[in-house]
Amino acid sequence: MSNGRFILLACLVGVALVAASLFVTNEYYVFAAYFVLQYVVLATAWNILGGYVGYVNFGTTAFLAIGLYSAAALNKWLDLPIPVLIPIAGVLCGAVGLAMGYLTIRLRGVYFTIATLALSVVVQTFITNWDYVGGSRGIYIMRPTDVPVFGSYVAYLFFLMTVLAVASVVIARVIERSTFGFGLAAIRDDETAAAASGVPVLRLKLVAAAISGALMGMAGAPLPFYLTYVEPTSSFSLAYTVNSVAMPLVGGTTSWLGPVIGAVLLGTMQQAMTVLISSSVNLLVVGVLLVIFVIAAPNGILGLIRSMGGKKPDPETNPLAAMLVTEKRSSQ
Amino acid sequence: MGQVAGLLLDAIVSGILVGGFYAAMAVGISIAFGMLGISNIAHPALILLGSFIAYVLNAQFGLDPILVGVLATVPFYFLGTLLYTAYEFAFERRGTQLIRGLAFFFGLLFITEVGLQLIFGVDYRLVEAPYIGPSYNFGPVSLPVRMLIPFLASVLLLIGLQLFFTRTFTGRAIMAVAQDKFALQLMGAAPVRIKRIAFGLSTATASLAGAFLIILQPVEPSMGRDYIGRIFAICVLGGIGSLPGTFIAAVIVGVAESITATFYGPSWSPAIAFGFLLIALVVRPAGLFGRA
Repeated sequence: MSNGRFILLACLVGVALVAASLFVTNEYYVFAAYFVLQYVVLATAWNILGGYVGYVNFGTTAFLAIGLYSAAALNKWLDLPIPVLIPIAGVLCGAVGLAMGYLTIRLRGVYFTIATLALSVVVQTFITNWDYVGGSRGIYIMRPTDVPVFGSYVAYLFFLMTVLAVASVVIARVIERSTFGFGLAAIRDDETAAAASGVPVLRLKLVAAAISGALMGMAGAPLPFYLTYVEPTSSFSLAYTVNSVAMPLVGGTTSWLGPVIGAVLLGTMQQAMTVLISSSVNLLVVGVLLVIFVIAAPNGILGLIRSMGGKKPDPETNPLAAMLVTEKRSSQ
Repeated sequence: MGQVAGLLLDAIVSGILVGGFYAAMAVGISIAFGMLGISNIAHPALILLGSFIAYVLNAQFGLDPILVGVLATVPFYFLGTLLYTAYEFAFERRGTQLIRGLAFFFGLLFITEVGLQLIFGVDYRLVEAPYIGPSYNFGPVSLPVRMLIPFLASVLLLIGLQLFFTRTFTGRAIMAVAQDKFALQLMGAAPVRIKRIAFGLSTATASLAGAFLIILQPVEPSMGRDYIGRIFAICVLGGIGSLPGTFIAAVIVGVAESITATFYGPSWSPAIAFGFLLIALVVRPAGLFGRA
């Protein structure tokens, strides 16, 4: 499928989602669907750096929170509308991603990872000490009372998040099939060999880090309006990070489709379990799934699907896929 | 003596004491990450697990937290060997260590944290022991015994480990395994077995560090995360895999944080470690005492 056709298809899916949201009478479903779409953006953004280049970012919360709090602060100061806040948050977080990358990505990948973990602690420290946005007490956000076209404010937020989700999936897919994406894949497979073949390693990594950070920040900008009350402890919840890591790894990291599958599956599961059981238990399940998948199915659900059709996978490196294929063959 | 000088002196002393305790937290990472190349970011969560074990046994049977910490090193050692066996099987053997290995330990960190939250809730827990209340005062400087004991115990732990690594065959083999696996095999040591022992030791230190932590301050399950940046900052600053370096770096970070907390307020101190980490990574990734 060419990029043009893919963009058209993605937009159609987006339009269908928004149209459906306008006809749903129970607002809770729109609310839940927003949560899932937000994770489509976060997981896709994570995967641009984590899956395509192989640099693990454990600082999703930091980027999300920078987007969230910059939106909250600018809304309080200048009363800017969300469509203006989203690109501002994107630029800000893109710059943070670039700076983090510039400082640490030149070293071994693991230092970048540790720095991102530490980044979320530091951003949290700054926000806890920032009185303008309420410090540790938190801040209430007033939703504008009248919403043109969409009727309800939640439907309007859902529309914005759908646009973001479609945009990030399109970006991921365009990157994947471009020279840029091939360069990233070459870095992931063997950084030294890539550099030796003339791939501008540092520049590509930095661009990927900036795009990834920017998308995470943009996902955070509408969040204060969705939650209406934000405070540092819940804004820096490890749940955002663990989900944005688990979703691509469960779905499959080598294609744009993996994070989408992961986000839809795990996101829906969590919404259902939060209602049915409790929110701590569903996070525990995400953690357990993450560990199981990295050990037993390193290529995620996509890898499992592919191995069904192809040659028998190596049980040493891909135990779950090997098991599934054996079962399928023996049942035939 | 001026009031500011007194405050400064007090901040430096308590920084040194806390720094010694940071060294006990960081030494496990120094072994796992520095000597074995395993980025065990779940270590702080294991430390919290150690704290909660000390809490339970202290609350139920009135056992001394340090005694619990020492006793728990045995199950923690075996937990560590078990973890390493899983890690070796799933990642090292396949050669896909970095991303998935990190995700694996991150998953463990998360499971431990949420598990502790489900059992103990998010309340702060503390232990009782005769040495937790009192403190010695020397002019403006106070020496709380609850800080002195973890400091001394940490120093003992580091000296013990340093002797083990420099004087025994197994210890030297651990130091060697990261440098040259093949040469190690020629000397008659099995790399995987040596790494398993080393990783077991690294996790065993978590039970002691956990006991020290809950003596120093009340704990709650998600606290471990705040220490990840700090611990890795100390390891990087101290020079990967060097125990004396780890100790000195831990004291530097402890003093810097304590001075910040005294003069700018404690809510700013978490940012200090990150500053150190960034400076260390940018200026001298080999650390103060590492081989460049």
